[in-house]
Amino acid sequence: MNETFLLGRLSLADIEPLKLFQNPDISTAIGSLASWVVIVGAIAVVALLTVKGWWKPLFTEWLNTTDHKKIGIMYLTFAGVMFIRGVLEGVVMRAHLMTSYEGGFLTSEHFAELFSTHGTIMIFFVLMPALIGLMNLLVPLQIGARDVAFPKLNQISLGFTAVGGVLIMLSLVVGGFETGGWTAYPPYTGAAFQPGPGPDYWVWAIGLSGVGSLLTGLNFAVTIYKMRCPGMTFMRMPLFVWTALCTSILLIFALPPLTAVTLMQALDRYLDFHFFTNDLGGNMMNYANMFWMFGHPEVYILILPAFGIYSEISQTYSGKMLYGYTSLVLATMAIAVLSFTVWLHHFFTMGQSAAINAAFGVATMLIAIPTGVKVYVWIATLWRGRVRLRTPIVYLAGFIVFFVIGGYTGVILANPTINFAVHNSQFVVAHFHNVLLPGTLFAILAGIYTWFPKFFGFRLDETWSLRTAYLFVIGFAVTFLPLYVLGLMGYPRRSPAFDDPTFIPYVIVSFLGAVMLLGALTSLIVSFVVSVRKRDELAVPGGDPWDGWTLEWATPAPVPEWNFAVIPEVHSRHAFGIEKMSGNAFSFEESEIEAIEMPAGSYIGLAIAVFGTLLGFALVFWIWWLAALSLLVMVGYGIALGFLPNRPIIVPAEEVARVHKSWADAALGERRTRREDETLPTNRGYAAPIAGAHA
Amino acid sequence: MTSAAASPKPLHPGLNLGPAHGKANMEAEPVVFGFWVFLMSDLVTFAMFFAVYATSVHATAGGPGNAAITDLTSIAIQTGALLISSLLFGLGTIAMKYDEGRAKVAGFLAAALAFGLVFLGFEIRDFMHAAEIGAVPMRSGYLSSYWALVGLHGLHVTVGSIIILAMIAQIAIFGLRSDVKSRILRLGLYWHFLDVIWVGIITVVFLPGAVA
Amino acid sequence: MSTDASTQESIKAEHRRELRSYYWGFAGAVVLTAFSFLAAIWQPFGPFVAYCGLGVFAVAQILVHFRCFLHIDLSSQKREDLQLLLFTAMIIFIMVAGTVWILGSLMDRMM
Repeated sequence: MNETFLLGRLSLADIEPLKLFQNPDISTAIGSLASWVVIVGAIAVVALLTVKGWWKPLFTEWLNTTDHKKIGIMYLTFAGVMFIRGVLEGVVMRAHLMTSYEGGFLTSEHFAELFSTHGTIMIFFVLMPALIGLMNLLVPLQIGARDVAFPKLNQISLGFTAVGGVLIMLSLVVGGFETGGWTAYPPYTGAAFQPGPGPDYWVWAIGLSGVGSLLTGLNFAVTIYKMRCPGMTFMRMPLFVWTALCTSILLIFALPPLTAVTLMQALDRYLDFHFFTNDLGGNMMNYANMFWMFGHPEVYILILPAFGIYSEISQTYSGKMLYGYTSLVLATMAIAVLSFTVWLHHFFTMGQSAAINAAFGVATMLIAIPTGVKVYVWIATLWRGRVRLRTPIVYLAGFIVFFVIGGYTGVILANPTINFAVHNSQFVVAHFHNVLLPGTLFAILAGIYTWFPKFFGFRLDETWSLRTAYLFVIGFAVTFLPLYVLGLMGYPRRSPAFDDPTFIPYVIVSFLGAVMLLGALTSLIVSFVVSVRKRDELAVPGGDPWDGWTLEWATPAPVPEWNFAVIPEVHSRHAFGIEKMSGNAFSFEESEIEAIEMPAGSYIGLAIAVFGTLLGFALVFWIWWLAALSLLVMVGYGIALGFLPNRPIIVPAEEVARVHKSWADAALGERRTRREDETLPTNRGYAAPIAGAHA
Repeated sequence: MTSAAASPKPLHPGLNLGPAHGKANMEAEPVVFGFWVFLMSDLVTFAMFFAVYATSVHATAGGPGNAAITDLTSIAIQTGALLISSLLFGLGTIAMKYDEGRAKVAGFLAAALAFGLVFLGFEIRDFMHAAEIGAVPMRSGYLSSYWALVGLHGLHVTVGSIIILAMIAQIAIFGLRSDVKSRILRLGLYWHFLDVIWVGIITVVFLPGAVA
Repeated sequence: MSTDASTQESIKAEHRRELRSYYWGFAGAVVLTAFSFLAAIWQPFGPFVAYCGLGVFAVAQILVHFRCFLHIDLSSQKREDLQLLLFTAMIIFIMVAGTVWILGSLMDRMM
């Protein structure tokens, strides 16, 4: 390999877009086209920003913000972009598999790269940032706080997360990704087998974004512990806050093994250490063991906030108090703790003794108990409630039906003897898509529908949202349920081709499902475009379109930067719901409003994102001078922060009072929307409370 | 930021400044708690390196083992230096709490830094000796885990030393402002925390080699 | 005036108490470290007892560090920190003990 001082080991052969003009085969052409999509997309974004004149607001209102709401929106936007790529990769893979009876149009290498990026992106750069985005949007509002405990740290977390996503996008254009799956097991991803840049992209994308996730966990744990408003005892917190707390604790304790494992893998690859190599005392089983000590809690990092969202929407859209709040809280905590005791079920077949397998198998099955409790609680909440068939309820129904199937197959897989037969088959692929799509993805989409009006000031178009929901639910079922059968028929996962013609009908059905999911994604984008166009008709300045009961609804839409004019004091779980019922919701004493101190903006997050990306890229291509320089800038900026003045912004009391008064006055004048009219243009975000709902 | 849930008597790990310090004391609670959370997370990272070390003890692949690279005299000196450094840092935070002047606080910090550097000096000497006899991390799985575990602690001490230097500069420039005080409290937690890790390292890495 | 004087007095007492805590912690740490080294070098009761001794002295010393330097104690005011520490200890126990159990079993079965 040729190395130069200036460019390290980067060479022309790594530049994917050029390959389109070098008489490529179809597999290479697809890869090269994908890199062109990234380039054209980037140019389009730059053009849009220029044409609309959005550069200045981008830098002065968004990239330097410490406002948890804007940071949350940026997380969700980031996740959305990555989601588009993840879905497209999924569709390409299903198309390949449909034609892969003794062949297929992709090379094995390319197929392996696709499932590796698909998995890495969907888990680390779609589901995690989307949930963290929702946590950012909701947690401070739901506990009655003005922001998170450490607003600047929040920005730094976003910066680190962005580094990972940008690096993966770069890998599409320069050098290519690794081919060892999202888990990147060595020794296959070790220097001996894959010396190229692919596994290094994985190491730095995961390692650096992991730092961001860890800091997010820390931030939210402290926020929930220390920043709750007066009267907000633990047992009065909305369920979503509870799940956010448990998720934060999981992030704090589960990310360190990932950090350790990526560090060791980096040492192996860069400095010829022998942690996971085949020779000289290396032990790749240490990798599997440590990776899953992170990996299993990670599964619950992805599902617990989703459970929180389902708890909130089952209550909101059935106009009925959550059934069994306490048991949901206990079940959430039980799942969080148990999730640290089951990691071995990801490698039952590694060769340890049967006693160990049995112990971890039993521990795994135990998790089904608290999870089962939760499913019953949601059903009981809907039971005899006044359920309104809005978009979130479609997702919730799809979730309840399909998640139970996914859960059952999880219990099946937890049995080591069965696991030996079906592990590494399509059955496993079906299982985890079955829990992650209806579990996490549907919850995120339902959550976006529900809280979108809160932060943007207008609702999403009901027709297109419903279409999206039905397409996602049905598309999921058509794509992934056939894979259970395929798995039991003996079709291995991650296999680029098959030689049994009886698989063909199933892969065709699965591909049709993937097309439906692509349609669902399109419909989702259309629903945003349509809603933005109809934003005046859909506006909800009152900020309470769904008759919400928790504190975030007790603010105008969009929420002012300081969240609450006066820090609320709560006396019950349904603070805002009960105030609406008693008619006190919008009354306030002007004398109580004081000037508010808000943290000043900062560019540390942006600096981390830019120089972290440069650092990662430089390390991937051995450009040592750039790596050293980027690290120096990051560390230097970090130290300099302690020396720079840090003056908060003071929002004058008159300004706070003006915004608050205009909202409260309008609320007293507007007609209250009854629930059956909530999708009509007359829903301006002032809800008529449902009688008897808080009994 | 209003921290509404803050109790009237804030308390956190490490030395508490007490009500006489007003704003610095009130603001310390969530900040120090957050830092405590970070340390616990870091502790788990170290635990991973310990676990890998424990599983690699026999993976010497015919290369040098623990006995060949451990110099107990040097380890004893390193331990002493780290403990003295910790004590000096503690005395520095007490001087800060009882308003004994910024020169005294900075002096204690500088002394703590000096002993930290003594520790690092001896550690580097040991590493260089190991490299001379061929006990480099590329030699075996055991040596990889040895260098990584001990080196990770050494890296933490290095980072801590740089931050002590930055804090001395901040004391010189800003005096004992409330945010400077809060940072020194956190740095103290970090510095003492590294001792706890070191106790683990001598117990798991160095002394068992002497027993065997 | 008298209340001021008594406040002064109590501040001084706290000052002395805190200094003492650091000195005692330092002395305890030095003594326990010395015990550890002696246990490893002399091994008066054989290697097995030496290993056990190392474990006991290390745990004792860690407790001294937490008590005297990090000021973690059992008073109810600091419960959150203590809870967090105990939870961390539990997680570390699960992870490290699990790792040793699993990897140990694998090693046995490969012999």
